[in-house]
Amino acid sequence: MISAFFIFNQKGEVLISRLYRTDLKRSIADVFRIQVVSNSDVRSPIITLGSTSFFHVRINNLYIVCVTKCNANAALVFEYCYRFISIAKSYFGKVDEESVKNNFVLIYELIDEINDFGYPQNSEIDTLKSYITTESVMSTNIAPEESSKITTQATGATSWRRGDVKYKKNEAFVDVVETVNLSMSAKGTVLRADVDGHILMRAYLSGTPECKFGLNDKIVIDKSADRGAGDAVELDDCRFHQCVRLDEFDSDRTISFVPPDGEFELMKYRSTSNVKLPLRIIPTVNEIGTTQVSYIVTVKTNFSNKLSATSVVVRIPTPLNTTTVDCKVPSGKAKYVPAENVVVWKIPRIQGQQEVTFSGTAHLTSTTTKQVWARPPIDVDFQVLMFTASGLIVRFLKVFEKSGYNSIKWVRYLTKASGTYQIRF
Amino acid sequence: MVYLFLIYYGRSKSEQINLVIPSFLQDCNDRNPLIRALAIRTMSYIPTPVVIDALTEQLRHCLKDRDPYVRKTAAICVAKLYTADPRKAEKGGFVEMLRDLLVDSNATVVSNAVAALSEIGDRQDGVIFKLNLTIANKLLSALGESSEWGQIYILDSLLRYVPERHKDAEIMAERVLIQLSHANSAVVLTAIKILLYLMNYMEDRKLMEHICKKMGPPLVTLLSSGPEVQYVALRNILLIIQRRPSVLKNDVKVFFCKYNDPIYVKLAKLEIMYRLARDENAREVLAELQEYASEVDVDFVRKAVRSIGRLAIKVSTAADSCIQALLDLIDTKVTYVVQEAVIVIKDVFRRFPGRYEGIIPKLCENLDLLDEPESKAAMVWIVGQFADKIDNADELMDDLTFNFLDEPVEVQLALLTASVKLFIYKAQSETAKALVHRVLKSATEDIDNPDLRDRGFMYWRLLAINPTVAGEIVLAEKPAITTDSDRMDRGALDQLLLHTGTLGSIYHKNPETFIRNAAGKALTDSPALNPLSRQVLVPIARPNLPPPAVRVPGPGPVEPSAQTALVEPVTTSKPSPPVLPGQPAEASGSGVDLIETASTNGGHDEDGDGEGDDDYATSPSAPITSDPYANLDSAFGAYMADEPKPHGNEQMNRLF
Repeated sequence: MISAFFIFNQKGEVLISRLYRTDLKRSIADVFRIQVVSNSDVRSPIITLGSTSFFHVRINNLYIVCVTKCNANAALVFEYCYRFISIAKSYFGKVDEESVKNNFVLIYELIDEINDFGYPQNSEIDTLKSYITTESVMSTNIAPEESSKITTQATGATSWRRGDVKYKKNEAFVDVVETVNLSMSAKGTVLRADVDGHILMRAYLSGTPECKFGLNDKIVIDKSADRGAGDAVELDDCRFHQCVRLDEFDSDRTISFVPPDGEFELMKYRSTSNVKLPLRIIPTVNEIGTTQVSYIVTVKTNFSNKLSATSVVVRIPTPLNTTTVDCKVPSGKAKYVPAENVVVWKIPRIQGQQEVTFSGTAHLTSTTTKQVWARPPIDVDFQVLMFTASGLIVRFLKVFEKSGYNSIKWVRYLTKASGTYQIRF
Repeated sequence: MVYLFLIYYGRSKSEQINLVIPSFLQDCNDRNPLIRALAIRTMSYIPTPVVIDALTEQLRHCLKDRDPYVRKTAAICVAKLYTADPRKAEKGGFVEMLRDLLVDSNATVVSNAVAALSEIGDRQDGVIFKLNLTIANKLLSALGESSEWGQIYILDSLLRYVPERHKDAEIMAERVLIQLSHANSAVVLTAIKILLYLMNYMEDRKLMEHICKKMGPPLVTLLSSGPEVQYVALRNILLIIQRRPSVLKNDVKVFFCKYNDPIYVKLAKLEIMYRLARDENAREVLAELQEYASEVDVDFVRKAVRSIGRLAIKVSTAADSCIQALLDLIDTKVTYVVQEAVIVIKDVFRRFPGRYEGIIPKLCENLDLLDEPESKAAMVWIVGQFADKIDNADELMDDLTFNFLDEPVEVQLALLTASVKLFIYKAQSETAKALVHRVLKSATEDIDNPDLRDRGFMYWRLLAINPTVAGEIVLAEKPAITTDSDRMDRGALDQLLLHTGTLGSIYHKNPETFIRNAAGKALTDSPALNPLSRQVLVPIARPNLPPPAVRVPGPGPVEPSAQTALVEPVTTSKPSPPVLPGQPAEASGSGVDLIETASTNGGHDEDGDGEGDDDYATSPSAPITSDPYANLDSAFGAYMADEPKPHGNEQMNRLF
């Protein structure tokens, strides 16, 4: 299992170092620095030297590194790194060099608690916050009864929830966030279109509520089976937060759970059939001789005109030897960014059922070597509120609690793309 | 924080630690369970004899503490104690106490006890940790309540349970199946590992198919998590689809690369795309590969080009369009693209003799672009092989041999063979005669490399004694190459799949081959094991890996006694598994190795006249045979060079 845990900054200085086992020396950190941090061409997140393996995850110029000397479960190690990052985020907001330095005492306490002898332990943020606090001495001001409550929670069946939560107003917010992955070929055929959906929930509910959740879904395991008609959405796969009872879902397809307090990700799903693409991009790119490239890029919105796409950013790649680009756009702003070799076209808002067209010419300098332009794809980022590309709708959310209070439920839908909506040309 | 300080201080200044022990002991009896747990946790991190002595007594109490938090901490402490002083831990009866914790009422305690026992069980000197049906069922029922990490430990430990009846395995698989929709990718992969393991013990075809179908979607979903997890998932998928091809057979599209994927993800995806390519989807895959061939990263482009060629060899219906694609790529004149294309085209020629020879002139045009040994050797082979169809073959050869002495050995060998072939085709031509004479002379007189020199002598004598017979030998019909060789041996695959999700599955190597002290795993024979799996059963590799420096790789003499000792306990009542007594224990079938080298080596090696080459395979310089890909080296050529692999020990030692 994990033998040591390090955090490095970009220069390769060790910010945090915790050895869980005696089979490693502290000097192992130097090896990582030489092999990864100062190596400009790292081709794998896992590096094995002899029988020592280094797993690293990068975030904001930091390296989160786990070192192990055995045949560790790689997925577990990476999940642990991700989890550490999310815990750190919830404790002190941003994870960067400065925040790590400012909170190093807290981090040591945390990594000691969430990992014992290299085995990850309870890592539920909510529970951790109840006994690892930013205030100093905690053992004196917590009565033993209270701390045994903590321990039962930390080890109990519902380790993610405290029993004694109280709210004046009982509210639950459900956000359905869908990320569309698209790659379209130069001929306009869809190579791949799928939706990664997340259902995020913010629960502000008193007591220990029992929730039931319903979607217009239909889980398709066997694609060749007959498909019933109707508006049901076919989900290829879904995965749930650990609070959801998987056995009940398996037997009768109900999603029932006791939610943690506050924000969490209830489920993730994936859908590939009948993906409605909110934006259509029609590019026409011509290389005129060796000195010019002309662009005509049309963006069409493909949803009801009551909705609108916001913060649309279209990145149109240009050849490496571009000097200037003349752009003409009817709305938004377009600018050539030489550092990234793209024209960035920002449109704050496009109403549904509309289209806008970018036209421009890139001027190239003549180069001595004739290198073929790789033509990276056009990339579009956008957000569309109250629209789901998969067509998923939340049917109901029921909350049952002993005291029988009424609760207010809110549902919001959002479809977005960031760096995954690609059109080749 | 004070505790943390004490841990480090205690390790370095062991004599002063005495001073703090009393306060530790006091804390161990504190009313607050958090403090109690913290105290034993801290003590167990300091592996000095004094502390351990003080700890043992406290630990015994804590393992029976009424608070589950203390119990779960204590369970891990036992593992720590065991690492520090195995004898003491065993004498103190701690292992038995851990076993009792397996049936604890609290799921977290159970899972930590499992983790600790697995840790102890993995040690070579440790006690053997096996599960029977009752305990396994108890663990399964704790599964639902434990934390995500706990689920991983529990699932992992199920590998230690050997089903005796088909039914047991089937029921258990159904209970594990629901874990596939967990959000934590490690849980999913571990669950898949168990399912794959249990499937070896099942007989209900329908259920197995159902499981395969269920496994597909979660695997694909793993691709939407962070790039590092994607990478782990992809490397595992590569293994899984070789063993159970039905898992993802319709999903080739999800493995198409995104432009901004990290390079390691792209390379892994490429490999999977090639594996999943079939008649129906070959066109899509080819279009995608062509797209990649124009990207920026040199390695990726090379691999993409090579995949196009391999696709042509694998899916014969797509061969025409693949060749066209390769020719288009050659027109780009980008050096590395052309070189890769030439290398694969050579293989395509071998696969479809007489079908694509029309493109040879095009290849000859680009002769000047080739500057790497492998591509040059490939081109030389083509010129030699088809010398009768290339009008100016002797001119070309003359150019190529101009710097004969300065070429790398690989190219020299190819040149030598090619010039002999040329001579045989064009025995009348004066230039050819002069050429072969010159090459043979320099190969035998000016060169120190024994391979080259010997081959030179051999040809010389062949030609001297009887040129016609020489012609028959050198231009003999070559066995057609297939892509079968890039499939892993089934037994080795079964064994690797027991490591799904771990480092071993990423490198596609058994952990005991690259990690010192790592325990190998093997399927255990039982009445329920299905006959096919039993046939290819690979007994566990030697439990003790000698230090790498002493190790002599290759199928050398192997102690048959060790072999039988390993097999015997399994075979007491059953007919012995078909492991030949002479077969070395560490080989993933080095018997297979010998058979296969004939075809793979022939598939790659240019001269095709065997003899000299087959010796390489059996010579001690052959790669370590416990590597399941070992016999593929020739099939992939330099291609395997960018496979992820653990680095050797030397580098590590130098750094310290």
